[in-house]
Amino acid sequence: MDRFRMIFQYFQSNSESVMNGICGLLALASVKMYTSLDFSCPCLPQYNMAYGLGIMFVPPIILFLCGLILNRQALVMLEEWRRPAGRRKKDPAVIRYMCSSIMQRAMVAPVVWIIVTLLDGKCLICAFSGSMDPQKFVGFANVSTEQVQQLLAKVPCKDDELMRNSTSRKAVSRYLRCCSQALGWSILLILIIAAFLARWLRPCFNQATLLQARHWSNYIDIEQKIFEETCCEHSRLFAHKCILHFFESMQQEIRLHRFSLPREGEEAEGEEGPLQGITDQDQVNKLLKTWYYEKPPLDVS
Amino acid sequence: MDKFRMIFQFFQSNQESFMNGICGIMALASTQMYSAFDFNCPCLPHYNLAYGLGILLVPPFILFLLGFVLNNNISMLAEEWRRPRGRRGKDAAVLRYMCCSMAQRAMIAPVVWLAVTLLDGKCITCAFCTLVPLESLGNASHPHLSQGEVQRVLARIPCKEIYNGQQLIANEVAVRYLRCISQALGWCFVLLMTTLAFLVRSLRPCFSQAAFLKSRYWSHYIDIERKLFDETCAEHARSFAKVCIQQFFEGMSTDLEAAHRHLPKKAPADAGEAVEKLLGITDQGTMNMALKSWHRCKPPLHLHPPAQPTGNGWAGEGQPPTHPSAPRKETAAYYSWV
Repeated sequence: MDRFRMIFQYFQSNSESVMNGICGLLALASVKMYTSLDFSCPCLPQYNMAYGLGIMFVPPIILFLCGLILNRQALVMLEEWRRPAGRRKKDPAVIRYMCSSIMQRAMVAPVVWIIVTLLDGKCLICAFSGSMDPQKFVGFANVSTEQVQQLLAKVPCKDDELMRNSTSRKAVSRYLRCCSQALGWSILLILIIAAFLARWLRPCFNQATLLQARHWSNYIDIEQKIFEETCCEHSRLFAHKCILHFFESMQQEIRLHRFSLPREGEEAEGEEGPLQGITDQDQVNKLLKTWYYEKPPLDVS
Repeated sequence: MDKFRMIFQFFQSNQESFMNGICGIMALASTQMYSAFDFNCPCLPHYNLAYGLGILLVPPFILFLLGFVLNNNISMLAEEWRRPRGRRGKDAAVLRYMCCSMAQRAMIAPVVWLAVTLLDGKCITCAFCTLVPLESLGNASHPHLSQGEVQRVLARIPCKEIYNGQQLIANEVAVRYLRCISQALGWCFVLLMTTLAFLVRSLRPCFSQAAFLKSRYWSHYIDIERKLFDETCAEHARSFAKVCIQQFFEGMSTDLEAAHRHLPKKAPADAGEAVEKLLGITDQGTMNMALKSWHRCKPPLHLHPPAQPTGNGWAGEGQPPTHPSAPRKETAAYYSWV
């Protein structure tokens, strides 16, 4: 009983820590993905903005969806939401709690990606170099509008022959990187303050409701797991019975065919218990053939 | 009961986590394969497309088939699909469930290969370098070349060392353009796959949860039943073999007693367990004869019921002829030498 309880407690705490672990792994994976991504801005007037903003926003969507897919609790919540009421009422507060905890965990990796992107700066330089005001920078001030767009679009590419030693390029680049980093740090600060306030102020509002919702959401999770375990156990017992029935029916068939032998005593059966009356190559072959061609019905009554 | 449940849960989770583990290993293997692969674009007009698309599409196909081959459940699916109906009906939903779950796992490594290839960009650069839009990217003043010449020059874009078309279009511009397109395709592909996976996973509980639970239960059942049947057969074979061998040795020992009537009978009182285990074979010569007889003339696969001590005609009839007369003659010949 004690062991059972220990396993149960481990089980319960394990589910949340598994979710937190997956969350952390996804955040690390997003940083790793960013560093291994070979960022190459196209340096062409129309393509820059699309590429830069695409790199900044498409992977976070992918990471968010991954966070939802890998979270087991999301499935449990969906099932609870869509099930017919039956003889058990549905509690919207529980569903809301589960939903919010799933969303919070799924949002960590996308936010990490966006912040890393902003702090690095390459994306913003690529996306917004074409929208800079050329008058502010000496090198671009006296160039025709056609050419200035082309030149500004080439700013992110340091190795381009036109831009290699251009001081104006460096100026634009520095300016955009500064803006990008400022934006990144501000977003990080705002998010951390928001998280801090949410955690600090939560006990002031609705603590009892929160405790109830958390308890019942854990309960639903555990109930689901135990149901699956019980089904497995049941199918094992079912299979065992089914196979025993099968062997017994083969035995009966054999006995029917061997009616000439008067001595089908219990001794013979008792001594060859594990053999279950099948003592001949032909009988074994017949048993295996029957197993394949005529599986027994799923009925062990 | 507790232990049973623990072991079973481990077993159950083990099977699925084993499959997931193989899935993950194959995905890692595909990224490793890609980074270890030495990509060599041919830089010739028509070969580029074939090479690039070949590298993009052939390995995923191989990985997909490999995913099926490495999955243990494929033989179970095939067996369940092809077996005769017999006394148990076949449920198409169960077959569909098994097939879907195997296909989903097998698709992961190919998708990883495609994503990594597109995000890296070398394949698309190689395959589509001849289709670069010269009007928008090329230099304003370029020598007038024939179409074939232009194609040949453009085909050398991926090979920087031999590229000779700087006046036509700068190498870096073309490479950046192609790589940008490739990465955009890659991210769109990954987004599409992730959205598809998300939809499949989240729409299922909304629509057919009961049918899903049923299919999942019966597919696990089929798996467990097959394993239990194999175990039961193995146990049976073991008992069968034990009894068969025991009867063989008893037969040998009966022969020897018949040949050696003048030897003193072993006192049944002090026949300890060790002597019993020797089954009447107590010297090298006898053992050699037993081994030779086992090799040359194995007993039939038919376990006769235990022989009665009284000379019952029926018992004699039940006993199969385990030893033809030849070894008997050999026995006589051997001992006549001594």
